[in-house]
Amino acid sequence: MALLQIAEPGQAAAPHQRKLAVGIDLGTTNSLVATVRSGQTETLADESGQHLLPSIVRYHAGEAIVGIAAQAQANRDPANTIVSVKRFLGRSLQDIQSTWPNLPYQFVPDANNDNNIQVQVDGQIKTPVEVSADILRSLRARAEATLGDELTGAVITVPAYFDDAQRQSTKDAAQLAGLNVLRLLNEPTAAAIAYGLDSGQEGLIAVYDLGGGTFDISILRLHKGVFEVLATGGNSALGGDDFDHAIVALWSARHGFDATANKTYYRELVSLAKHTKQALTSSDTVSQVVSLGEHEYDLSLTVDEFESAIQPLVQQTIKACRRSLKDAEVTPDEVLQVVMVGGSTRVPLVRRKVGDFFGTEPLTDIDPDKVVALGAATQADILAGNKPDSEMLLLDVLPLSLGLETMGGLVEKVIGRNTTIPVAKAQEFTTFKDGQTAMMIHVLQGERELVEDCRSLAKFTLTGIPPMTAGAAHIRVTFQVDADGLLSVTAMEKSTGVQAHIQVKPSFGLAEEQIASMLKASMTHAKDDMQQRMLKEQQVEAARVIEALQSALAESGQTLLSDAELSELTQHINTLADVAKGDDTDAIKTAISAVDAASQAFATRRMDYSIQQALAGKTVDTI
Amino acid sequence: MNYFALFSLPETLDIDKQQLGQTYQTLQQLTHPDKFSTGSEQEKRIAMQKNSQVNDGYSVLKHPLSRAQHLLAMRGVDIKDEQHTMQDPLFLMQQLEWREALEDAQNDEDALWEFHASVTRDIQSAYQSLATAFATDTDPQQLADDVRKLTFMYKFQEQVSQHLDKFED
Repeated sequence: MALLQIAEPGQAAAPHQRKLAVGIDLGTTNSLVATVRSGQTETLADESGQHLLPSIVRYHAGEAIVGIAAQAQANRDPANTIVSVKRFLGRSLQDIQSTWPNLPYQFVPDANNDNNIQVQVDGQIKTPVEVSADILRSLRARAEATLGDELTGAVITVPAYFDDAQRQSTKDAAQLAGLNVLRLLNEPTAAAIAYGLDSGQEGLIAVYDLGGGTFDISILRLHKGVFEVLATGGNSALGGDDFDHAIVALWSARHGFDATANKTYYRELVSLAKHTKQALTSSDTVSQVVSLGEHEYDLSLTVDEFESAIQPLVQQTIKACRRSLKDAEVTPDEVLQVVMVGGSTRVPLVRRKVGDFFGTEPLTDIDPDKVVALGAATQADILAGNKPDSEMLLLDVLPLSLGLETMGGLVEKVIGRNTTIPVAKAQEFTTFKDGQTAMMIHVLQGERELVEDCRSLAKFTLTGIPPMTAGAAHIRVTFQVDADGLLSVTAMEKSTGVQAHIQVKPSFGLAEEQIASMLKASMTHAKDDMQQRMLKEQQVEAARVIEALQSALAESGQTLLSDAELSELTQHINTLADVAKGDDTDAIKTAISAVDAASQAFATRRMDYSIQQALAGKTVDTI
Repeated sequence: MNYFALFSLPETLDIDKQQLGQTYQTLQQLTHPDKFSTGSEQEKRIAMQKNSQVNDGYSVLKHPLSRAQHLLAMRGVDIKDEQHTMQDPLFLMQQLEWREALEDAQNDEDALWEFHASVTRDIQSAYQSLATAFATDTDPQQLADDVRKLTFMYKFQEQVSQHLDKFED
């Protein structure tokens, strides 16, 4: 039983100490923001009470209009209204134009970067990252207005199959929107957390996500606190919207009219079909007579008629489930829980078919439109430090293998898919020709063997290799993947002691300067003071560094540092504390770096010491 | 990096798997970057580096073959990425026999299962004698040869499994 904590009078924890953190579901069709308030996890509504924000941005008269207002104008101003921008994140123009040949947007090539796509809207050039940032900015404003203060940070969800470029773009968009990203979280994992499955029985979990236009299935394994994505699959062109079209097709067949002949009527019919579909989730029949032009039509529908119309579509999703289970090398009866995500899982036939296939009643208690955002909020609350005693830990895996191009256009895998992250792996290469002083490093992601079949993430040249005979140089390429699944690559030549060193970000992501200049532009626009903001950020970081170090020093400074080391470090801390009181942003930055360098050895020793202590304690326990 | 030391395990081939799993969880709680999400950039960076070692160490120690290769590397012989041909004529003979047997059995599911079981038994006995060899001061070059043989046997077992996959559907 949980006991209530009663604080002594005057010693109650001040409520403002609670850090404000949100979970954001940046969806293809709709986006949501959620938070934990007074122990309750809930999504936040806008002024008019709407929780779902349509992921639509219209650029008009120098303004970015997001959500329902943009949606209302989408038909009238399609070229300036970006719908479902998530499809474009981290994709190349070629990818996009071959997948969706009929988009109404005016794409502009970027002379500096083939991988970067840009759209001309309202006389300006926008990238998918910037459009996504506008959606996130709108959600951030909503959260700050509701919660009454600035946010400490946010957890943002991404599809489990998102590659490095798509994840990096999502993170860039968040940074552009002024959000501190605590973590990128896989959508199915977030849904599983919302149901509290992380603290439940160990085993397999399937997450069935049927949205408006996309279907995703993920098979997760929960084992010793590790959420591992075993397999993902789905169909990026199958969703609830297809159910609506199936109803319209059924009506047209019944009355012998060509529904597509008149665009206005067709839109009306589709919208009517959507309402009919929703009504049929709770009743067996919908009776209605509708006039279209001069004629009246009986557009009544029974649940049986509806179900036989959508049956083939639902069957396609079940097929995808079967394939994913096979990829994961498991059988349906091994799956303990099935989590339902996405508005279209409200359709009773979908629930029945999924239940039959997995042989278990799917979990549907939580609103399927909100479940991902709610799970993200739970995780955000923990990461912001509001639950210091929480033992919950989500260990993610790399969704796709990472590798390097080698001779003959082949990909040498450096880190395999499903490796628990963070992870660092190094591989050694050598020169091919005598006197070779440079080497091209091409980083790829994917499961296939040929370079052309994998996603190219980055290309860079390592220069300054001392001239040697072929095969004598040792080039060590290190891949570091962080907890968000984001990669950085370092290459160095080490045989002569001469080290060349380069750090890259994938070419899909934005360079730091690009983000800075975009931030600046958007800040001027929002009449926010860039300088002030950067100063404040540095001051906050300085305070964080000082606080962390002081408590670390109090705990183990005497044990782990010599008197000389201790006094040197204290001096650096004092300098930083002094500088942080002023308003010189660069000076604070420099002082932080100085403290960072001076405390590096101490921090490493502390980490090793804590491990030693914990493991020593454990050995004593087990004896 | 000595992963046995990181996980506070004795440097032997036969390790206590349960202890490995428990230590892994303890180390995760101590080093995962999420545990430092409110900390300074430095703390996050050091956590990420340490946690990467923990993850890699766990995956190396978990599997018998990578554990054997790592243990051998701790004795000064690194064979992980080498291209080495075996010199032992007896072992070469056995390899040839296995390949022929696999070719004969490849379309017979029962025979493949039986073959798979027999390779697995051979792996187990090779593993046991390797564990003993590691425990008694054996010459590292001799150990290296034994680990190479084990590497081959695992690869071969994988090939048999791939043939068995054909009968899945």
